[in-house]
Parts: sequence; structure tokens; C-alpha cells
Amino acid sequence: MKDLIIAGSGPAGLSAAVYASNAMLNFSVIEKFPMSGGQMLNTYEINNYLGFEEIDGFTLGQTFRKHAENKGAQFINDEITAIEKIDGGYSVKCKNGEYETKTIIFATGANPKKLGVKGEADFAGRGVSYCATCDGNFFRDKITAVVGGGDVALEDTLYLANICSKVYLIHRRDEFRGAKYLQDKVRANDKIELVLKDEVDEIIGNNKVEKLKLKSGKELETDGVFIAVGLDPNSKLLDKTTEMENGFIKADESGITSAAGIFAAGDIRTKRLRQISTAVSDGANAVHSVEEYLFNL
Amino acid sequence: MVKDIKTNEFQEKVINSNKPVLVDFWASWCGPCRMLSPAVDSVSEQVSEAEFYKVNVDEEPELAREFGIMSIPTLIVFKNGEIFDQSVGVISEADIKTLVEKAL
Ligand SMILES: Cc1cc2nc3c(=O)[nH]c(=O)nc-3n(C[C@H](O)[C@H](O)[C@H](O)COP(=O)(O)OP(=O)(O)OC[C@H]3O[C@@H](n4cnc5c(N)ncnc54)[C@H](O)[C@@H]3O)c2cc1C
Repeated sequence: MKDLIIAGSGPAGLSAAVYASNAMLNFSVIEKFPMSGGQMLNTYEINNYLGFEEIDGFTLGQTFRKHAENKGAQFINDEITAIEKIDGGYSVKCKNGEYETKTIIFATGANPKKLGVKGEADFAGRGVSYCATCDGNFFRDKITAVVGGGDVALEDTLYLANICSKVYLIHRRDEFRGAKYLQDKVRANDKIELVLKDEVDEIIGNNKVEKLKLKSGKELETDGVFIAVGLDPNSKLLDKTTEMENGFIKADESGITSAAGIFAAGDIRTKRLRQISTAVSDGANAVHSVEEYLFNL
Repeated sequence: MVKDIKTNEFQEKVINSNKPVLVDFWASWCGPCRMLSPAVDSVSEQVSEAEFYKVNVDEEPELAREFGIMSIPTLIVFKNGEIFDQSVGVISEADIKTLVEKAL
């Protein structure tokens, strides 16, 4: 039986891997994708991670991974499908294997939340996108719409306004949650049209997105719709065993959850600021908690 | 290794091919594309009955436009000069293999 399985290899899981190597634990990292980095892989430019004034997420992810590998961390490329309590620990079931471990650090992160409206799934990659910096370029001089009211929605809107002929920003309230300076920039940009107190009801088109039907009955012609309505934590594997809050695993900085031997690190846990730096910090804290837990077994 | 293909070779190498062809639309700035490409390389070595090419959407914007690419990575399988199937986003090596093999 292993001491520890780290589930996921975004910044939280990779930081945990470095600390677990230093702690000389018998552990493995399980990652469903052939590469590490998690949400960072979708990030074109990161300018707030200490020591890197400007770096793309792919490169930073590979840098983190290399650090963990050089420390001796073992990576398993497989997707975890179930967690089962067994005598003395847990069985981690994957698509292609099964592993027994005394503890698990859950660092499976989050994915962009879906809107859940008609047409959304049909037009994924045909005008519906969850990543403006990834797909924005395909909408040069076209009309796009952004849905959401937080920082990411405001940043996406400004990014697209540089590329597109017009950008609608659709938000269900009349105030934004996002940073004030971003709101000011959005309001000052004449390519951006605010559509407030309204929601998307349906995404309509033939082969690709052509228009949006809103709850108010209004219709907007658009070539693309970028959805930025928050995060959907990858916590379903634990929802029967571990206490949750709005889908996030309930845990403070220690990473300790309501289930003995299960720890949470990164975007997956309840916390205020979901960033690379806080994910990295969580990885370290979670390993510290794992060590204490193993010592007291 | 999956070879790069340019707009002016597309007709001859993809549309006129008598084998099914898988085309990987990608860009250097796209992290998920760089994650998918090694898996496409690996499948190309396992499936000799199909051809494999990649299109850099920054260098060949006409091709990206022609095939309505709006998100990358996109994989398109061509058979007899027509789009047979396509997939958007990162998928597993096994799923890439299935995508091509359906066209054989
Ligand atoms: C568009 C965008 C821009 C951002 N920009 C910045 C920025 O500039 N600066 C910054 O600090 N932060 C930024 N963030 C936030 C930052 O990326 C996240 O806070 C951080 O990646 C969270 O790390 P994590 O390790 O908790 O989870 P993730 O990065 O989500 O990683 C989770 C990993 O777990 C794997 N996984 C999930 N489920 C399973 C399973 N069942 N089995 C096996 N593996 C699994 C996933 O494949 C993934 O590799 C950005 C996020 C987005 C989406």
C-alpha cells in the first residue's frame, strides 16, 4: 500500500509531488492527460507568478512537471473513476488500473462551468467557447458575445474587443463582480455593448452559431459566444464521502477534509482566491498534513 | 512524425488522397494543441492505412477559414475528399485512433 496518491497534476498536485518527494513518501501522481499543468495549459500569458514576469502556461506547467520528475516523482497517466474506502486506506480506481493508498491528496482542480442552455453542447467548437485567449483569433472582425460578470468575463471582453468588430457582454445582474479597473475599461470601450439584467436562453444556428435568444425575448446576432460564468470543481468522485460547499471540497489551508486520510489542494477546495500561487501553497500544506496524519496512524 | 501541410498542397495531399486523412489544426501558442500533437504522432505510427498532416492555423489561415475552424485543437478526418468526422479539444490517444479507424 502506498503512503499517498496525488490526484491531478496542475500546480497544486505538482507542488504536492515536490514536497512529498522531499518527505520521502512512497507516492504516485495520477493525471488523466498525457501532460501536466491543468488549467494553466489554457493560459496564454501568466504575469503574476513570482519569479516569472511573463510566461505562457504551457511552459510553466512543463517547468513544474520537470521539477517534480527530477525530484523522483512517479507519474501515472490514467483517469481516476472511483474512490473506495478499504481497510487502512483507500482504493483508487482508474480506467486502466487500481491502486491502494493510505492517503489521497485531491488536486483535480476545476473546469469552466457550462451555461446549461439549449445549443451549447451542439455548437462547442462551432462558435461556443470557454477560452477567449485560445479561440478569439478565429473571430477576427466578427461579432462575439461574452457571458458572465467576474474578472474572467471582463478580461475576455476586453481581449475580444481588440480582435472583433463588436462584443456584447451579457450579464444577468446590473452590476459586475469583477475588478473595478476592468469595469471602467469595459465601459469606456465603444466596441463593447453591455446587455445587463438578461440571460441567454438558447444558442441558435445551422452549422455554427448565428444568434442568441435571450430570456427577455431579445435576439442578438453573433458569430461566437464565450462563456465565463465560473468554475465547476472536479469533486464528483468524493461527493458521497466528503463534505462539500457549493461543489467545492470543504477544507481550510491545512487541506484536511471531513474524510480521514483525504486531503484537498488547489482550486478544488473552498477558498477565496483561486490562482497558481495559492494552488502551489496548498500543495505544500496538504503534504504537511499528510505527514502528520501518517505519523499518528 | 506528422508532416506540416500548406494551403497549396491541400488539394493534392488531402482532398485527392485515396486513403483517409487525419488533419490536426493547431498553433504554437495553444497549450492543449501541444498536448494533443504527441498523441497524434503516436497514432500515425500505428495506423499505416491512413495519412496524417497538421495545419498551423497562423501560417495557413485560409485553410482554417475554409473548414470553419473556431477552436483548436481540431482534428478532421477526410475520406474521399470530404469531411468524414471531426473532434474539437484534447482527446485521448485511444479516441484519436478510433476517430481514424472509423474511416478505414
Ligand atoms: C483562462 C484562465 C486564465 C488563468 N490565468 C491565471 C493567471 O494569470 N495567474 C494565476 O495565478 N492563475 C490563473 N488562472 C487560475 C489557475 O490556472 C488555477 O487556479 C490553477 O491552475 C489551479 O490549479 P489546480 O492544481 O488546483 O487545478 P488544475 O489546474 O485545474 O489541475 C487539475 C488537474 O487534475 C487533473 N484531473 C482532473 N480530474 C482527474 C481525474 N479524475 N483523474 C486524473 N486526473 C484528473 C486535470 O487533468 C488537471 O491536470 C487562470 C485560469 C484560467 C481558466
